[in-house]
Amino acid sequence: MTPALANAKPGSGPGLAPDAVLRVEGLAKDFDVSRPWLNRVIEGAPRQLLRAVDGVSFTINRGETLSLVGESGCGKSTVARLICGLYAPTSGRILFDGVDLASLHANEMLEMRRRFQMIFQDPYASLNPRWRVTRIVAEPIRSHHLIEPGPALDRRVGELLSDVGLSPLDGEKYPHEFSGGQRQRISIARALSSNPEFLVCDEPTSALDVSVQAQILNLMRDLQREHGLTYLFISHNLAVVSHISTRVGVMYLGRIVEIADTRTIFRRPLHPYTQMLQSAIPDMSMSGKARTPVAGEVPNPLDPPAGCTFHPRCPHARDKCRELRPELLDFDGAKVACHGVHDGWIPIVARQ
Amino acid sequence: MTAPLLQVRNLRVEFNTRRGSLTAIDDVSFDIAQGEVLGVVGESGAGKSLTGMAIIGLLEPPGRVAAGEILLEGERIDNLAPEAMRKVRGRRIGAIFQDPLTSLNPLYTIGRQLVETIQTHLAMSHDEARKRAIALLAEVGIPAPERRIDHYPHQFSGGMRQRVVIALALCANPKLIIADEPTTALDVSIQAQIITLLKKLCRENGTAVMLVTHDMGVIAETADRVAVMYAGRIVEIGPVQDVIHDPQHPYTVGLMGSIPAVGQETERLPQIEGSMPRLNAIPAGCPFNPRCPRVFDRCRAERPQLAPAGKSQAACWLHVAEPNRGQTPVLMR
Repeated sequence: MTPALANAKPGSGPGLAPDAVLRVEGLAKDFDVSRPWLNRVIEGAPRQLLRAVDGVSFTINRGETLSLVGESGCGKSTVARLICGLYAPTSGRILFDGVDLASLHANEMLEMRRRFQMIFQDPYASLNPRWRVTRIVAEPIRSHHLIEPGPALDRRVGELLSDVGLSPLDGEKYPHEFSGGQRQRISIARALSSNPEFLVCDEPTSALDVSVQAQILNLMRDLQREHGLTYLFISHNLAVVSHISTRVGVMYLGRIVEIADTRTIFRRPLHPYTQMLQSAIPDMSMSGKARTPVAGEVPNPLDPPAGCTFHPRCPHARDKCRELRPELLDFDGAKVACHGVHDGWIPIVARQ
Repeated sequence: MTAPLLQVRNLRVEFNTRRGSLTAIDDVSFDIAQGEVLGVVGESGAGKSLTGMAIIGLLEPPGRVAAGEILLEGERIDNLAPEAMRKVRGRRIGAIFQDPLTSLNPLYTIGRQLVETIQTHLAMSHDEARKRAIALLAEVGIPAPERRIDHYPHQFSGGMRQRVVIALALCANPKLIIADEPTTALDVSIQAQIITLLKKLCRENGTAVMLVTHDMGVIAETADRVAVMYAGRIVEIGPVQDVIHDPQHPYTVGLMGSIPAVGQETERLPQIEGSMPRLNAIPAGCPFNPRCPRVFDRCRAERPQLAPAGKSQAACWLHVAEPNRGQTPVLMR
């Protein structure tokens, strides 16, 4: 084992809480959305950068589930992809078990990769249609040289398939022979095959029907308990998030505006955007009544508003919000980025 | 009593394939009254969208209406010639589909698309039609409609595009709108805006809506009645409050239970084991019997018909009193 990894015992990293698995500090990602070079030269158009993630920091402790919620385009999936190394961050650090991922050499990174895996939203697009299920599930095992091909590998794949509620015989089939929910089970078996400690789940149930969604959410909980997994869960569905998470972070235009443990954030939402998202959830019990419709839409991320990016839609906005960007600061058991909450002009309402 | 606006009687939709014909919708009957919102829910493949497509005559071959009839204001529309059906579609039945981007032509301004639709159905000059288009855009809540009318679809956000699609559906003041997953592609905050808009328009214009969706939350807020579909059949239909809070069919009970709710702290969600049968392997008797926790012999042999159950109607043998079983058992949630 390399020295960097030998240090990577839980809690041995500098300044880490004893059980932090993942720590993200000031993470930012810019995408270059400029016109093609020739157009820029002829039309004199400037280079244009889209800041998809803007200074995001959070910590995930071992065994917990942190969810990131927000509307489309808020940067939650980009955070997931940055953590998995599918994008390189523009700035900021990602520390896994106290080790900065950017400091690792390629071969050390490969060993690190084994320890975190990703489950994607669309179980139709994330499985190779030409591969049999056995080959799909065994791929991480083969690429990390964990088990040599042979009967031992076949046994392991059979075990994994049973773990996720499929039959070991299903390994001989192709992905098209399965329904959406079963395919998502295959994705989960593949993610588990390298014995990871940490799973990044990007909208794993959004493409599924509610009854199938319940099956997958229950399965994810069971696996978390059995294997001691830690989840980063990305979703736009607040009801699902309230069911599965230990803590919830709410994102808006590339920033975390509020983060707190699940019970706190749902009983006492602080940020006006969190309150807005909650009032927009369709409520089954108030059949016939209208939910509070929310005015406005997410602004263009190419030209975000100054100050607090939420101010054009915020019912409590004052001059300070239009000028000064609020920082994510502690507030009574939560962290929230809102001038109104910290300066006390937004009433705080706790629900029972 | 006046006749219902739309009557669907024993509708059966089949797909002819090389391996024989598959029945995607089997013996479906329901009514929609003037100004009523009927929600249709079910899992993917339950046949809910297909029912909507059959009503507006947009079934794609090899799909075809094999039996049954569809009546609009007492008049059969399922056997109309394509040309006559085109006059019904848009004029008397409007449609809103899931993806607002594919419902709009990207090469034309939205104004041109609206004016063309208005002039197709109503005798209006170009200027009058344009005035009406601007009024419609204002009605669906698009700011600065006189300027926005000359924009192309890509210049609108998802929520705004869905508003344009609703304006298109409203062009000729149809009596009925088929809305197929109108909010599925939208964020929750935008979803609430669109639902509020749909409800307001129905109330003001007396338009009836058949709202097809898999989102029970949307149904709970919008619909007057709801039909639950499973494997191409209606398993339960009734007032929305009753179906949600006092479901009668075991499938509906399972479906309602599996929806996570904010603030409800449970370790596990109740789940229905297994998955919906494929069209070529629908079990005999009640199609839900292999997954049903309360199955008994009769379910595997005979197909149940919709019968009164609570304040709704359910197709389930549990609700049919049998001489040797005494009374109808009560379902517990």
